[in-house]
Amino acid sequence: MKLFARPFFWLIVAVTLLYALLPTLGQNVTLRETLVLSAIYIILAANLNLMIGYTGYVNFGSIVFFGLGGYLTLWLVGGHHWGLYPAVLLAGAVTSLLAFLLGIGVLRLRGAYFALATIGINEAVKDFVANFDPWGGAEGIFLPFTAFKAMGGPGKALWTVYLLIVLVMGLSLLVAYLVKRSKFGLGLFAIREDEDAAMVLGVKAPLFKTLVYSLSAFLPAVAGGLYFFKNGSIIPDEAFNLHLSIEAIVMVMLGGQGTVTGAAVGAALYERLRGLLLTIPGLSNFHLVIAGVLLLLIILFAPGGLMGWLYRAWPRLRRVLE
Amino acid sequence: MPEILASVLDGLLIGLVYGLAAIGLTLIFGVMDVVNLAHGAVIALGMFAVYLLFGAGLHPYLGLFVVALIGLAFGVVVYLVAVRPIINAPPLMTLLSTFSVSMIIIGVGTAVWSTSPYNVNFPVTTLRILGYTVTSARLVAALAAVLVTGFLYYFLYRTTLGKAVRAVANNREAAELMGIPSQQILAISFGIGTALAMLSGALIATLFPFTILSGGIYELKSFVASVLGGLGNPTGALFGGVILGLIEGSVAPFIKISWTNVIEFVIFVLILLFFPTGLFGGRR
Amino acid sequence: MSRVILEVDHLTKAFGGLLAVNDVSFQMYEGEILGLIGPNGAGKTTLFNLVNGVYKPTRGHVRFLSQEITGLPPYEVVKRGLARTHQIVRPLNEMTVLENVVVGACFGAENLGLEPAARVAEEVLAFVGLAEYRDTLAGKLNLALKKRLEVARALAARPKLLLLDEVLAGLNPAEVERMLGVIRRIREQGISILMIEHIMQAIMSLSDRVVVLNFGQKLAEGKPEEVASDPRVIEAYLGDPEMAKKILEEEA
Repeated sequence: MKLFARPFFWLIVAVTLLYALLPTLGQNVTLRETLVLSAIYIILAANLNLMIGYTGYVNFGSIVFFGLGGYLTLWLVGGHHWGLYPAVLLAGAVTSLLAFLLGIGVLRLRGAYFALATIGINEAVKDFVANFDPWGGAEGIFLPFTAFKAMGGPGKALWTVYLLIVLVMGLSLLVAYLVKRSKFGLGLFAIREDEDAAMVLGVKAPLFKTLVYSLSAFLPAVAGGLYFFKNGSIIPDEAFNLHLSIEAIVMVMLGGQGTVTGAAVGAALYERLRGLLLTIPGLSNFHLVIAGVLLLLIILFAPGGLMGWLYRAWPRLRRVLE
Repeated sequence: MPEILASVLDGLLIGLVYGLAAIGLTLIFGVMDVVNLAHGAVIALGMFAVYLLFGAGLHPYLGLFVVALIGLAFGVVVYLVAVRPIINAPPLMTLLSTFSVSMIIIGVGTAVWSTSPYNVNFPVTTLRILGYTVTSARLVAALAAVLVTGFLYYFLYRTTLGKAVRAVANNREAAELMGIPSQQILAISFGIGTALAMLSGALIATLFPFTILSGGIYELKSFVASVLGGLGNPTGALFGGVILGLIEGSVAPFIKISWTNVIEFVIFVLILLFFPTGLFGGRR
Repeated sequence: MSRVILEVDHLTKAFGGLLAVNDVSFQMYEGEILGLIGPNGAGKTTLFNLVNGVYKPTRGHVRFLSQEITGLPPYEVVKRGLARTHQIVRPLNEMTVLENVVVGACFGAENLGLEPAARVAEEVLAFVGLAEYRDTLAGKLNLALKKRLEVARALAARPKLLLLDEVLAGLNPAEVERMLGVIRRIREQGISILMIEHIMQAIMSLSDRVVVLNFGQKLAEGKPEEVASDPRVIEAYLGDPEMAKKILEEEA
């Protein structure tokens, strides 16, 4: 596949540049803080989509990768004076490897059993970390101010980390796109449709599932490292927030599972919606309710999400938007 | 040694309440293959229901009867709105729809009660049984759990409606061919499962302080208990709950209480992996 | 005589106390069409599942082109050149007909990349007469077309041996004729075929030899006309009067 000849590739590049440039040009910190959340959501949704949308395995605990990445990074940077770059890469690699090993086991489970196990894993890891003294137990890890020095002080470091998060966002979309257009992706979609039939057709389902589970852990872990480095601290409840995990599912469903555009648009929309609800007085307490109603409405009336609806209205869109 | 035995006894009693909660979850799964992710939120609703009734002057133990009826009605409504339209869709859909119900309940609950703790403050005595000290509340909660379970079994095995529930659980199509109105049965089963969850929440509220988020931990305990007993198997779920309570009771004197969750979830994942049909055999 | 392509050796599968397949042995030769018949519940589909690795046998061996394939998972079996169809069709519903067949080509014996696989898939679709449906979602096809899609996917794997599980069942006479044509042309390509079929006329006219299963055991083996006149076979089918009648009619 000639990547540079594909319009969708350039669309990903354009969106990434937009996120990178919009706040940077005017040094707009408020916009940056909005977009960082948007970018994180897109990263989580795009990677979760590899499991839910491509493979048909509902990972309720995908946030465990984000949290582990955050913890590993802050532990390396804060406790062992590593630089940020090697720390996030190692955190991503270790999390991905853990996911691979874990996947060999839990991916033998299907349907509701798998979903339950993923919740169990996230909760087990959260409770473990909350009791794990080297990582600060329930108090978590605080980064000393000196950690930002190597990057030219906190002000400059926050901008750098923002751009890195946007880069990870672009990479997440690119990975989602490349997987979808690959033989590997074709095998995943076959598993989603009918795992037993896919195996009879020659798809090595156990290996494919484990690989995609592991892949879906890498970039969220890196993003977790960057995000919590930016925050300067990490605690178990924020790192392994099961709610965010489920919100990521809402984003994927909102945009349309199985499509790259859908996951990204769903995430960005959800972030806007959430932001809107939080700022409207009287509604801020109800954002969970509204998200719940929204999810229920999508499931009942538009299971294909936004992209499903768009594709039905304009079938030719299928050729442009992945 | 006596402290350990007392702790184990406490665990056994609370385990029966976990078991009751787990039966609510496993019954719904057994009848319609739906994992009810609103389970925890419903447990929390049960806590607040008994709290409100107590505030209105009703003794918590009398309040249980009202809570059961509210649970039945609420469960039927949830079924009709969020489950029935997608009962034949892939399992992901019912997982998500019941989860959305959970978000709505927790959201409304947070807006109304915030997330600060509440408790049902009624006189509790301590009893000495065979030399062990037990609070009356714990004893009554365990007894109530056993009675409700017994009542459920009477219903399932001795009444026509209960037999219809079992028939639908066994094979929905065949039951329909026999003239059983399966949609009504599914709605009633969801109602019963919800009522059991609310009852267990109400019982827990007589023992400990609670918040609107407290249901979450009991939902997870229900998963662990019902998976231990085999998803879809009510007796298994009760035993699963008891095992869970016994584990908690026997490790409590030795380690920090927060480690018990880690142990439980590790057991949970291991059981799912190696005994996916549970220790007592379930439905797959 | 040509080379042995498939050897089923004392194959046994127990489900709990039930012996679904009980000590079955037979050989198949290259280029042959071997019919596998027997009353309902005789263990035919279970035997297929044992041969292509969906089930692991309790006892016994399966050898394909003299290689041991016993207990290999299905995706390894198809890579060695042994593909199958399902009695109850299993299309990948939300994927197009072409994509379904590309899956078969990509992950089959030749392990093709996406582009060569697409070429093979187009070719196979034309071969089975599904070309005009290439962009239809597989779930939207009718049963006859879904059966052809099953065959197309299996063929796209470029197998040396094809297991066909009741590809004629549920088809109307015109569709049966069409499928028979496809099967003959597959054989002309040199692909060996092991087929389960209930339509006796078809199996008797297509097969070089027939193996009869009953209650999980091999009851008889031989040329179609020999088997049809075997009194034990007729007796086995007497529990299934219609089938017995058909066999007797063909006798006459």
